[in-house]
Amino acid sequence: MKRIMRRYYTEAKYAKLLGKKIAWITSGGPVEPLIAMNIIPIYPENHGAMIGASKLGGKMSEFAEGLGYSQDVCSYVKDDITSSITKESPVPGGLPEPDMLICSNNICGTVLKWYEIQARKFNVPLFIYDTPFVHTEFTDEAREYVNEQTKEYIRFLEKHTGKKFNYKKMKKVGHLSLEAMRLWKAVLDTAAHKPSPLTAFDAFFHLALIVTLRGKKVVVRYYKTLLKELNERTAHNIGAVDNEKYRLLWDNLPIWFRMRWLSDKFASHQAALVADTYTQAWCGVIDLIDENDFLGTMGEAYTRIHLNVGVDQMADTIKTFIKQYDVDGLVMHSNRSCKPYSFGQYDIQKLIREMDIPVLMIEADMTDDRKFSESQVETRIDAFMEVIKQRRK
Amino acid sequence: MKKENNLQVFRDIAREPYAYLRQLKQKTGKVMVGSTCTYTPEEILLAAGLHPFRIFAQSKEFSLADAHLQAYGCSMVRGMLEDGLSGDLDFLDAVVFPHACDSIQRLSDIWRLNVKSLHFDVLLPVKLDSELSKSYFVKVLGRFKKEVEEAFSVEISDANLRKSIALMNRLRTLLSTLYELRSQSPEIIGGSDLTAVVKAVMVMDKEEAEKQLQALVDVLKQKQPSGSAKKRILISGSVCSHPDIYHIIENKNAVVVWDDLCSGTRYFEGLIEQEEDLMAAIAHRFTERYVCPAKHLGVKFQMENLKKLILEHRVDAVLFMLLKFCEPFSFDFPDIKNELEKMGVRYIMVEMDQHNKIDEQMRTRIDTLLEIL
Ligand code: SF4
Ligand code: SF4
Repeated sequence: MKRIMRRYYTEAKYAKLLGKKIAWITSGGPVEPLIAMNIIPIYPENHGAMIGASKLGGKMSEFAEGLGYSQDVCSYVKDDITSSITKESPVPGGLPEPDMLICSNNICGTVLKWYEIQARKFNVPLFIYDTPFVHTEFTDEAREYVNEQTKEYIRFLEKHTGKKFNYKKMKKVGHLSLEAMRLWKAVLDTAAHKPSPLTAFDAFFHLALIVTLRGKKVVVRYYKTLLKELNERTAHNIGAVDNEKYRLLWDNLPIWFRMRWLSDKFASHQAALVADTYTQAWCGVIDLIDENDFLGTMGEAYTRIHLNVGVDQMADTIKTFIKQYDVDGLVMHSNRSCKPYSFGQYDIQKLIREMDIPVLMIEADMTDDRKFSESQVETRIDAFMEVIKQRRK
Repeated sequence: MKKENNLQVFRDIAREPYAYLRQLKQKTGKVMVGSTCTYTPEEILLAAGLHPFRIFAQSKEFSLADAHLQAYGCSMVRGMLEDGLSGDLDFLDAVVFPHACDSIQRLSDIWRLNVKSLHFDVLLPVKLDSELSKSYFVKVLGRFKKEVEEAFSVEISDANLRKSIALMNRLRTLLSTLYELRSQSPEIIGGSDLTAVVKAVMVMDKEEAEKQLQALVDVLKQKQPSGSAKKRILISGSVCSHPDIYHIIENKNAVVVWDDLCSGTRYFEGLIEQEEDLMAAIAHRFTERYVCPAKHLGVKFQMENLKKLILEHRVDAVLFMLLKFCEPFSFDFPDIKNELEKMGVRYIMVEMDQHNKIDEQMRTRIDTLLEIL
């Protein structure tokens, strides 16, 4: 993983020398056409996660606040704005500058503002892949709208690369992307085994490739190897957490700067966070994609992802996971950065009441460590685990 | 004297909008349709014989809403939900959620699951600057029209739509005339009264509103401009429904001459042009007037628009009233302020914890701005 990511960022750094263009793209954005066009996709959100994991998030948010950005907005945006000015980054030299920006609002409206800011700063073209929200229904006109945008997107790429779109390569990329998603799903599915061979913390780590490079062979190869390893572990009943006794489900983005601590904390209670709603987002819509018509079906698939549907549908997904992974409790990260993910969590709790499992809500932020109180979270986790243990007796 | 009487109507409604609406329902038996945002196509509701109004988030405490929404939601979203859950909106029959920001988007879900009222989501595009998105916008309005027809078993005729378009256009013209008059001679009407008028119009029976507005404009037109030398302020932000702000400013030899607020000019900016296709006509006003920061009309729209307003209304300083936790508006602020610095226009930013409360700190910040002018 480290090697692949290093190579990816190094290639991006020398993109100009290689005659390649760079597109910054949002984490839920349609990346496959970029790969088909040999454009290097760069994910500021993945970078944000790395900044968070390097514990630079609070400091970098603070810098952006000094420029006038609010304390109360998504910290990924602030991390990125800061890094693009100061070049401070876990990636040497920071992210390579974009030739174009691709923004899909299927994850939030925040990215729209973010990409507008960066489009002004870098003075590069911006394409918005606009995915109407699916409160209850994916309408016919929405389907037509996104499908037409796929064509618009391709014209945009042709215009800004000066090259014809490569439909033949796109076919291959589509297949590879889907294969990667299927493998990713298989990887996550292994967690249904008791004891689980992987935890959500592992999934957060291995996620980087399906986010950034799906559609490339290397991703397929990587997840095949990973899956093999996990299958061996299940065959020998080797759990990711020693003596796994309790199984939990995680909701929302990870708290990148406290992964180790949280994982140890739960493990100390013999609890494994076996699954999460976040990493599932990259394989949740496989069924909507037609393998032989990727371009024709990706519009719907990108529109109906977990974050772009109503709270009741999100609750249904969570119910499915609770059953599939047979968990004893749900841990919800109420993420101050991410309103679309966090607002509605209380109602989800009500909607899943019939599942009769305890729910813990942790208030934090995915990268801004100023918004995390270790002692408070620790007390709450201990109390929550107490409840779960009591119920087992 | 006549002006005073006439203003009192607006003041009363603006102070107690829900009391007015409750009475209106009793009197007329009309179906009450609340909406969360200025992107509501009121013309369609009016043509169906319904009464559209803006839900204002009157609540100042959020004890019921807190069971559904975390404290890092803006006070508009929390307040609207509180109004809905507390029974303050007991006269409400239906609610319309045009797609806007992330917070409203989730509020719609929460509302649908917890408040008893017919529910309409209007799934607007965020991108407004492509032919494709404009044609999608038209289709969304077409769907909304059909849904309203089905829900209330009415037929919305073109003739009625034309009537309601004409009525809303007249209202908008009157409101902008009022704003223009005040921009020219600020002393003819106080700032808090001006916002009360807009707020009241957002809830009033529209024909009644037209009558009252016309009378007010007629009176004000007769006033002689005095050419006062007060400092001219523009308020920029999402909502600012606190009348005291205007008093603070006016006490310091300054005056608010314009705004770009959702509770101000964003409500009435732009007219609907004559077009064969009425849904297209309504849609085009939304995609061409000055848009909300949660929507996209090119990457520089917000700053260019503000610059234009500053020049048009000879603005000396801008007061940004940003609501805490509001992403769309706050993300634009740093780049806009840099533009203002280049223009040499002074500004100050005040972060409001709640759109309907003013604290000492805000007072001091505003005073500071006025003192450096
Ligand atoms: S964390 Fe949430 S608000 Fe921030 S970019 Fe991701 S989806 Fe958007
Ligand atoms: S004030 Fe901002 S966050 Fe609140 S509802 Fe309006 S646009 Fe959304």
